[in-house]
Amino acid sequence: MQRYSGFGLARHALSHHENWQRMWRNPTPKKAYDAIIVGGGGHGLATAYYLAKEHGITNVAVLEKGWLGGGNTARNTTIVRSNYLWDEAAALYEHSLKLWEGLSQDLNCNVMFSQRGVLNLGHTLQDMRDIQRRVHANRLNGIDSQVLDAQQVKEIVPILDCSSDRRYPVMGASWQPRAGVARHDAVAWGFARAADAMGVDLLQQTEVNGMRIEDGQIVGVETNRGFIGAKTVGCVTAGNSSVVAKQAGLLLPLESHPLQALVSEPLKPILDTVVMSNHVHGYISQSDKGDLVIGAGIDGYNGYGQRGSYPTIEHTLQAIVEMFPIFSRVRMNRQWGGIVDTCPDACPILSETDVKGLFFNCGWGTGGFKATPGSGHVFAWTLAKGHAHPLAKPFSINRFVTGQLIDEHGAAGVAH
Amino acid sequence: MFLIYCPYCGEEREESEFHAKGQAHLARPADPDNSSDEEWGHYLFFRENPRGIHHELWVHAAGCRKFFNVTRHTVSYEILETYPIGEQPRVTANQMEKPA
Repeated sequence: MQRYSGFGLARHALSHHENWQRMWRNPTPKKAYDAIIVGGGGHGLATAYYLAKEHGITNVAVLEKGWLGGGNTARNTTIVRSNYLWDEAAALYEHSLKLWEGLSQDLNCNVMFSQRGVLNLGHTLQDMRDIQRRVHANRLNGIDSQVLDAQQVKEIVPILDCSSDRRYPVMGASWQPRAGVARHDAVAWGFARAADAMGVDLLQQTEVNGMRIEDGQIVGVETNRGFIGAKTVGCVTAGNSSVVAKQAGLLLPLESHPLQALVSEPLKPILDTVVMSNHVHGYISQSDKGDLVIGAGIDGYNGYGQRGSYPTIEHTLQAIVEMFPIFSRVRMNRQWGGIVDTCPDACPILSETDVKGLFFNCGWGTGGFKATPGSGHVFAWTLAKGHAHPLAKPFSINRFVTGQLIDEHGAAGVAH
Repeated sequence: MFLIYCPYCGEEREESEFHAKGQAHLARPADPDNSSDEEWGHYLFFRENPRGIHHELWVHAAGCRKFFNVTRHTVSYEILETYPIGEQPRVTANQMEKPA
């Protein structure tokens, strides 16, 4: 693998950037692998990367029915934070945030991780009480969270309407300075390139359409390119997890919903942080290109069509204009949808299943992007050792039978 | 925007009057006191979540406020039928075995 560096950039400039090495190979599938990862999005690629790097398991294939990072990885609004309420979730997301902080160096690929801070606004007394509770919980878990009053919020985001005569006045916010955004494509490509360099086969346009199970043990998967054997299979298939699980005769506690986002025309820099509001239900940041990146809630019905409905767009933009009247005449440029696999407790599933050797990493719902490195890290450990990583253990599918749910609806709040 | 026929109001109304409430025809455990954790967990949380024909519960929240069922395709989003609570769907996945 050619290393990326400033010097390399200058050297390639001399040949008009025509001689860059391809980021990964396009191999033909082997008959069998030590481990197969189904799903070539961010989480799947991260899993493959950490399997190779941390556990020395390089005879691995990532099977992707489309192209790498073409699903939710390419469709999310790229927010990274770890200010979750409960210890289990906070530990998992903070683990991920720590990996984010060194990720560009680790992958030798600039993932453009920008710790510009995230504000979660409070508009009612109850909002502020909830924010205080969550911030205190964060601080006990060593997460950099603070409570700000309206004046302090105004200092960070001068364009936010903090006047007290609004229908939903800004009363304060929680503030996590280490949170921020990253470049979603670069994350997928960085993990893919680094995994490929260690020998992982990235098989695109390879769709799994069956699971072969013998005596309760997975032995491989049927694909459109034939049977591929493996005694360890990890499914990281987000919105399509229920479909993949059905191939193994399993039922998951998931519902797939369309979640949409939109971006405006590019503007000059005006918003240098991320602002989210659970109450008026919208969130916004500005990308390095200058477009405002906007998102909100899921469409209420189940759906696999990667598009969203107009009532949801209208609701989203109402929320943005409520917070930022200055944006009322900004025109929207593009709108799209992804399919999120929502869990009843708004927490993911990182779990063994009733089929030996078959694991699922799914249910990240509306906020999986932030967890990409952490999810891959603990799931790789889980696949390598055959049982759940300590951080993954509370996220077993079994919690939907024992009732030991981790209710993060408050911290997951507005979809992101 | 969906136009949804409410079987109680007897007319097509806009989607924004309705709320989707998830999978339909979920049978509550018949003998609650003697049901296992698996049965309860299954009833409360586990869902078919099919890619294709889906029978689901909707409520006409800003209308008659009654619950009813919808058969809808989860890729094309086409609404194939609506029918009152207590009735069975006429359109099922088995009779529509064709990919979207």
